[in-house]
Formats: sequence, C-alpha cells, structure tokens
Amino acid sequence: MSQETIPQLTAFDVAALDRSFGELLRSVQQEAARMVSADDREKFRLYWLGRKQGRLKSIGEAWLKTAPVEAKKAIGQRFNQLKEQIEQALDAGSPSVAARAAGRSAGPISDALDITLPGIRPGLGAEHPLIKTLHEVVGIFERMGYSVGIGPEVETDYYNFESLNFPPNHPARDTQDTLVVAGQEKKPLRERLLLRTHTSPVQIRTMEQQPPPLRIVIPGKVHRNDAADATHSPIFHQVEGLCVDTNITFSDLKGTLDHAMKELFGSSVKTRFFPSFFPFTEPSADVQISCIFCSGKGCRKCKHSGWIELLGCGMVDPAVFGFVREKQSAYDPKKISGFAFGMGIDRIAMMKYGISDIGLLYSGDMRFLEQFA
Amino acid sequence: MRILSQWLRAYMPTLAVSDRQLADDLTLRGIAVEGVFDLPASDLGATHGSLFDMDITTNRVDAMNHYGIAREAAAIYNVPLLPLDESLPQAKPTSAPRIAIRIEAPDLCGRFTARVLRKVTIAPSAAEVAGRFALLEQKQISNAVDATNFVVQAMGHPTHAFDLDKVEGAIVVRRARDGERLKLLDGTERTLVADDLVVADERKALALAGVMGGWETMITPETKNILVEAAWFDPASVRRSSRRHGLHTDASHRFERGADFAAPPIASAMVCRLILAAGGELEGEMLDVIVPEQAARTLHRPVVQLALHDVTRILGRTEEAHPLDAATIERYLTALGCRMKKSSDAGTLSVELPSWRLDLERDIDLIEEIARLHGYNRFANTLPAFSGSVVELPHASQERTVRRKLLAAGYTETVFSTFCSADDAATFAPQGHSSVPLGNPLSEEAGHLRPSLLPGMLAMLAHNLNHGVDNVRLFEMGTVFHGNTDRVQERPSLAIGATGNILASAHTAARGYSFYDIKGIVEELLAGFSFASLAFAPIENAAAWLHPGRAARIVLDGHTLGYFGQLAEAESTQRKLKQPVFVGELDLALLFRHVLRLPAIQPLSRFPAVTRDFSFIFSDAVRWEQIAASLTALGITAMRPLEALEIFRDAKGKTVPQGSYSLLVRTVFQSQERTLRDEEIQGWAEQVMAALAQLGGVLRDGATAPG
Repeated sequence: MSQETIPQLTAFDVAALDRSFGELLRSVQQEAARMVSADDREKFRLYWLGRKQGRLKSIGEAWLKTAPVEAKKAIGQRFNQLKEQIEQALDAGSPSVAARAAGRSAGPISDALDITLPGIRPGLGAEHPLIKTLHEVVGIFERMGYSVGIGPEVETDYYNFESLNFPPNHPARDTQDTLVVAGQEKKPLRERLLLRTHTSPVQIRTMEQQPPPLRIVIPGKVHRNDAADATHSPIFHQVEGLCVDTNITFSDLKGTLDHAMKELFGSSVKTRFFPSFFPFTEPSADVQISCIFCSGKGCRKCKHSGWIELLGCGMVDPAVFGFVREKQSAYDPKKISGFAFGMGIDRIAMMKYGISDIGLLYSGDMRFLEQFA
Repeated sequence: MRILSQWLRAYMPTLAVSDRQLADDLTLRGIAVEGVFDLPASDLGATHGSLFDMDITTNRVDAMNHYGIAREAAAIYNVPLLPLDESLPQAKPTSAPRIAIRIEAPDLCGRFTARVLRKVTIAPSAAEVAGRFALLEQKQISNAVDATNFVVQAMGHPTHAFDLDKVEGAIVVRRARDGERLKLLDGTERTLVADDLVVADERKALALAGVMGGWETMITPETKNILVEAAWFDPASVRRSSRRHGLHTDASHRFERGADFAAPPIASAMVCRLILAAGGELEGEMLDVIVPEQAARTLHRPVVQLALHDVTRILGRTEEAHPLDAATIERYLTALGCRMKKSSDAGTLSVELPSWRLDLERDIDLIEEIARLHGYNRFANTLPAFSGSVVELPHASQERTVRRKLLAAGYTETVFSTFCSADDAATFAPQGHSSVPLGNPLSEEAGHLRPSLLPGMLAMLAHNLNHGVDNVRLFEMGTVFHGNTDRVQERPSLAIGATGNILASAHTAARGYSFYDIKGIVEELLAGFSFASLAFAPIENAAAWLHPGRAARIVLDGHTLGYFGQLAEAESTQRKLKQPVFVGELDLALLFRHVLRLPAIQPLSRFPAVTRDFSFIFSDAVRWEQIAASLTALGITAMRPLEALEIFRDAKGKTVPQGSYSLLVRTVFQSQERTLRDEEIQGWAEQVMAALAQLGGVLRDGATAPG
C-alpha cells in the first residue's frame, strides 16, 4: 500500500459520484482481501483511516474543496458510508475471524475473558407462584369468553351465605369456621360483616348488576377460621366462574371444565365428575383430574387412586336465581340456567410447583420466592 | 362410617358385581366409599366380604346405614331390594291399662311410638348382632342396647330402650323446665333450658329427646321390663339441644338431618325382635301418636311436577345415542322410592316423594337424582355458544404496568396475611383512618384487618434477615382496610420494601440500597402514568414510622399518594432489624385514577447537541429542587432536562469545605430547527453560571465550563 496520487473528481452529478465512490470501494475491497496478519490490519487501517495522512481524509478534503456547495452534503454522506464500509472490512479481516474462516487454530488471545465465570445478572424480581397461577387460570377462562370480576374481601352474611342458599343455621356460618368483624351481634343476621369464606358472593353481586347472558371469572383472596398446617391456611385464594344463559347445561359445565383442565395441566389430562353437595348449586359435582404425577397409574401424590380432586362445581340452584331476581328480573330459572365452579389456587400452585408447605406461599421468604424468577 | 359389604348384599341377594366395583360405582354416584378393606375370613373359611369406609354428605342422612346404601346400589344395578324384616312374635293381649303417651310439644315431636316388652333377659347379644359388631369393631354392651345400635346401622332410625320399671306414670314429651336437671347415660348431669325437648314421665325427665337417654331409666342387667321408643323429632330442635350441651351422638346426627317419619314402627319392630330373641314377650300392640301437621310436612308432602323437557334443558346431552327418555327417568326415580302419580300431561311426571328423602323437595332435586343415578360421566362434554364480549377489570392494565415494572426492577412479589396486631394497626393506619378489629381473631397478633401493607412488609423483611438473606427487594399488592365495625372500606395498596446490597457480583462491587433507590423505583412507577405535577415533600409529622430526614411524601397532582423512605430508628430497633431498611406504601386507588401515560413521540433532532458541564460548590442548605427550578426559570427553550451528574462531599473538608458539596450539573442544548451557534451557547452558559452563583454557588477552581 504505497502512497498514491489522489484521484480527481470533476463531475458532481449522482452518476459521477456513484462511479468515483464505486472505484474507491473496489480498491478498499482489494486491499482488504489481502489482509492476513494483525500487522496487515494495522497497515490497512493507517492507510485508509490514519488521522493525519489517511487516504480517506486526503481524498475527502480534496473532493470537498472542489465541490460546489450544493453537492457537498451528498459527498459528505458518501464518505461517511465509505468509512463504515472500511471499518466493516477491518472487523471482518480481524485475525481471529479470518483464522476461523480458514479453519486454522486461533492461538492464545491476549485479551480473552474467562467466559465460564457467571454473568452479571441484573436481578429480576420473581412473580409470586399464587399470582402467576391465578393469572394463568383467569387467562384460560378469558380466552373462553369470560370477563373478569372481583368483589370485597369483607362481605355481609347476605352475600356470603344467605343469597347463596345457605340455611340460617348452616355450620359454615359458625364463628368456628368463619372469621367475623367485631361487634356484629346486634345487627340483623344478613347485615353482619365477615371475611368472605369463598369468592362465590361475587356471583351474586355480578348477577345483580348485569342481566344474562353472563360469563365471569372471579379471582380473589378468601379466609376461614382454620388452624394452619402444611396444607391448610386461614388465608387462601380461589378462582370462581359463572356462566348463565338461556341454554346452559350440565354437559356444558363438563365440557368447559374438561377443556380448562386440559389447558392448565396438558391435553392428556382426563377429568371425571361425581356428585357432591353445595347449597348454591344443584346438581353439584366434585371434579377430579387424572393424576398429573403418574398419569393416572397411581402414586403417593394421588394416594394410589390415579385421580386428584381439584374443584367443585354445579348448576346454579334455582333458589340462588330467586335471590338475584329481586334486583334483576331476567334471572328466571324457568327460562335461563347456568353453571358455577370454584377452585383453590393455592392447591393448584402447590401441585404444579411441588410445594409441600402452604405457609411458604405467605412467608415472603426470598429463598423460596426467588426460585420462581 | 363403616359399612359391611356382606350386610349390603343381604338386602340384594341377586347382586353380581365385586365389592370393589360396587365401591367404585357407589362413589361415582355420590355415595363415597373412601376405602375398601378386605375382612379376614372366619375360622371356617367363610368370607366376610369387605369393610367400606364411607363418607356420606350431610344431606344424605338416608344413606347413613346399610339399607339406605343397599337401596342406592339396587337403583344403580337395577336389581331387586328385599324389604326390611318387620316380623314380630304374637303380642300377648293385656287387660292392664296401657301406658299413656302425651305429646305436649307437637311442634318439636311429630311422632312417638312405644312397645312394651315383659320378662326380658338382659344378656350379651346373639350371634347375628355380635358377629357384625365384631367386624365393625363396634363396642357391645347388652342385647337391649346393642339392638338399638344395630337397627341404626341396619336402617338408620334411632330408637331408645327404657327400663319400664323406673318409669312413673305416663310418657310425656314436653319442653324442659328452665333449670331442670337430668343425668344422662354418659354419667354427666345437665341443666336444661325451656328450648330442650325431653321424654319424661309424670314426675321427671327421662331422656334428652333425640340426643341421649337418661341415667335413671338405663337398661341394667337387672332390667325385666322394657319400653322401646321409636319417635320422630324436629331436626332444628335436636340440633339446638345437641349444640347447647355439646353432645354429638349417633341419634342426634340423624335426627338433626331429618329422619324418616315412616320409620319408627319398622325400627321398633326390629329392636323388639332382637331383644325378644333372648326371651320375654311383647305386651299389646304398638302405641303410636302422630301429630298430623308434622305428618303433612314429611309423610304427605305435595307431589312434585317434573317436566321432562326441563331434565334435558338442565342436563344437556348424554354420551349414548339415546337421550334420557321418560321410561329411564321413571325407573331411576322409582328405584329411589318415589311413586309416579297419574299426570294429566304426557310431558310431565307427577312424583310422590319418599318419606326418607327430606332433602328432595323441588323438581331440580329430582333432576339431580336422575343425573346422579345415570352417572355424571355418561354426560357428554360440550361447550356452550356465546355471543358476548370479554371485559377486563377496569384497572387491569394499570396493575399490570406496576407489576411489570417492579418485577423488571428486581422486586419480588409477595402475598402476606390480611391481619395485623392492634399495635401495628395503630402505628401504620394512614392519618385520619382507623382500623377494624375482628370478633374472633386467629390470634392476638392478628386482631385487626390490616390498615396498611407495611406491618406485613416489615415482618417479611425481618423474616429474611433472620434467615440469613441480607439482600432483599420485595413488593406486595393487596387490599387494606379502614373504617369501623359498621362500615369497612377496602382499598388496593402497594408496599415496597428493601434492604441490603444491590448489584453484587464477581465483577462489580456491591452497593448499599439507599433512599435514592426507593425513590427511583417510585419515580419509575409513576413515569408510567399521566399526571400534571409530581412532588416529593418532607413527611413533617406524618408517617412517624419513617426516618424524618430520609423520607418523603409523594404528592401527585396535589394529593398525597403515599410515603417512602428509610425506616425510623425506633421501629427498626423494636423489630430487631440489624441493617437499614427502606419501605414505602402507595395508595393504588388514588394512583389508578390516573390513566397510563400514552407516549407522545418527539421527533429526533437532526442537529447536534452541545453539552456543557458546570462544577459548583453549594452550601448543604441549597437543594437540587431550587437549582433545577432556577435553571428552568431561565426559559432557555433549547435546554434539555438537567442532569445532576455528580455530587461530592469531602468529610475532611479539604477539597470541598464541610457543610458544602460539590455539584456537577450537565446541561445539554439542542434545537429542533437548526445548528446552535457558539455565541448563543456561550451566552446561555453564562446565564446558567450566573443563576448558580445567585443561589450561592461558587465555581470550582480549574473547572470552568468548557468553552
């Protein structure tokens, strides 16, 4: 690469610029192709990009000097472009790249890093397994056309029990089972305040606000006066669902939950339904899924039955529609029907992630939570 | 409840399925068999079948006995069910006056039957009873007592045997007198109230009706004459007495769930036959007093009209080609004990309900029975059509933004208890709000509904520090509660808590979490929302839990959104926190009134930006807020947002005097329209320096603004 004379630029139209810059680029490419060693690279760099006598600078100054004002901008832009191309050629021609391309050993690299050391992780926060599971379940039903609803955690006896067809002396109403707000004794039963024991009150609240057709999925925190152990917590989470229309049947309930369980646990999961009892549904059912740990063969997790009980559901009891009709006359049990279901999110999360102590979910323990990051 | 498969089969001699199949089929029809245990064969090699461990739902009191379960099985398999054996030896006619029975509380006792047995022999039970009790591991007492227990196992109706010689005069079923005392079979003496129902004689109470017999008339080895009671008591009354006295017995369990009004004569006959097997005679016919109003409520309930069309409307499609037809439906209902009455309409069944199924009242109850007996899993899986739209919660996207930002910034989400102690509630309740106490708290530390998420956040930080986790960043989004016991207000809230170091790695030095970190995350969160003004004010007298000099009140469009900063020394000491802790709480209800900021894109300037840095020394009294305000007040439109590039204090006072700090301010000038001229930039730089000097700033030596 000897010092050469500087070519002249005489015409400044687009075509002339294309030609002149094209020639420059070709000589850059020819020179680049001859680079082998690190030394070659340095020579190439100085020849073209040297700060004082670099060829690009010399040609640039010469051409810009003679150029008319209106062409200067275009020429400047082309020089920038050419500079980039030279730099690219330099990078591509770096010895390691060239050596790799040629299939040769690269030899030791003086500025190499120990790439096996851990990277600098920015430290993301971890999603809480309950919230994550809650969103997952809600998402499944949203995709099936369910809107999302929520309701208060402190409820009246009316919404938590009476309107859901619990008889006045039902055991669930006992303070042994339900946490209550202080000082309620003098109020009429239906106005007494308590911590909701399930998300079902939101069914009633929603129906009172909205005539059918209705599809709603209700996530939320609920409370019971339970002693805490590895599988019970006085605080837990539920997702409730309600679907009401003119033509909703028990087989729709089956199909809906079967689909939802397949979405949640995988398409090979089977469901089976058997009779149960809830005051606010009739017929009522418990739903089992085939054990996700042993695929139904029987293991410790499913107590060797091959099945795991996961949720409760049923057709909305006409008596519940009866309560709602006081505010929304369209809920006539002779004309419409519906189904409702509810599931414990804590249990699902525990199953999904193999958590054996429910208390961990409410501990704020980083050693536990960061495993979900 | 324990059930013997052999006993079930005694009522269904033609049943051909195995015990395990039977258990499965019962379970799938709601008569849950939780466990099946093979019983050891007898010495002679005869099989005893299996023991079923059953869990019968509370609404199915009729199935809490062998005959009831056999009825279900017979209905499932469509096999004949033998009737119960009510046979009795011929009664001895008597010339003596019969014992009188008076029901003085007809609202609580609907039926009372009595049979009198004379010259009985009290002895251990005979083989029929003893053998089955052994398999059930039920304690044997004597043939008379065992007979009543056996009949409960057999067909579910509780009865009671009195030593007739201890009964004085007539049998009176009446309310107890307030304060009346009665010694029961368990040896305890109870004080009764007027709401308790007793079986009494003319002088004294003999038994707490439907719950437990009395001590005085108990069967003893000396007993010669027996009165066998078989009655029907009001469920609610039995439940109240059972609760009041803390006595949950086999009898109360069944009566309080609704016994069969037609059963007393049958139960009585079965008990009498078992006792008489060891000797003795039946005196006279059964005495039977019936309260007609109660019989109407149970025995003669109105016929239920079941529209066949409603069966399909509610249940939908079955998996078989044939839908549920009228004949199948009739067969199911008949097998359960319903009787079909003449119906005027071919599409409707008129159904008379069995006396033992008080849980059946309405057409929907019958539809459930049909679905149950058919088998839930024989219904198809279908998906309903729907023509609505899906609506998210109003604040869903705002909540998502907050959660996403916090997670991305390295804060881990938590969920904590809804409750806190009264002390914590008082400390952390926002000004002007009170907290709500619980009536039956789980513990004293959980006596109030949390008025703030911070007690929980501090507990979680402490938990981590106590378990050797020193670097923690957490957040919780949850409900807080304010108000009083008449009215509880719920608000969504966000708590942030952090302690320890951030960014520690093999390649970078650790850096302690500081006030500016928590302020930074608050700023990041708020940057996602639209608002007109945001300020961080001193906390003054509010939020006493915060360090007064290292805490701020967030003022968003003039409203207090929350507080954050370093935890006050006193709180930190009290909680034994070994290192500085930073916490904050934001009122999400208030924040969510602000919509998410929709980015309004500024075109990228095509002209060069010019940077000018200024290094000044200021007294500690001069705050960044003043500096920023005075430079903004210059009104230089080409000046882009200021940056406090570096703040330096010299503890020794060598380079920067004590009580002062050195500040490097970066200004950037750029125009959207043109390249800025050197002279105008120089002019602005001078303005900036003048403004900084006006605030008492002194230009640092050798740090003149680059020209």
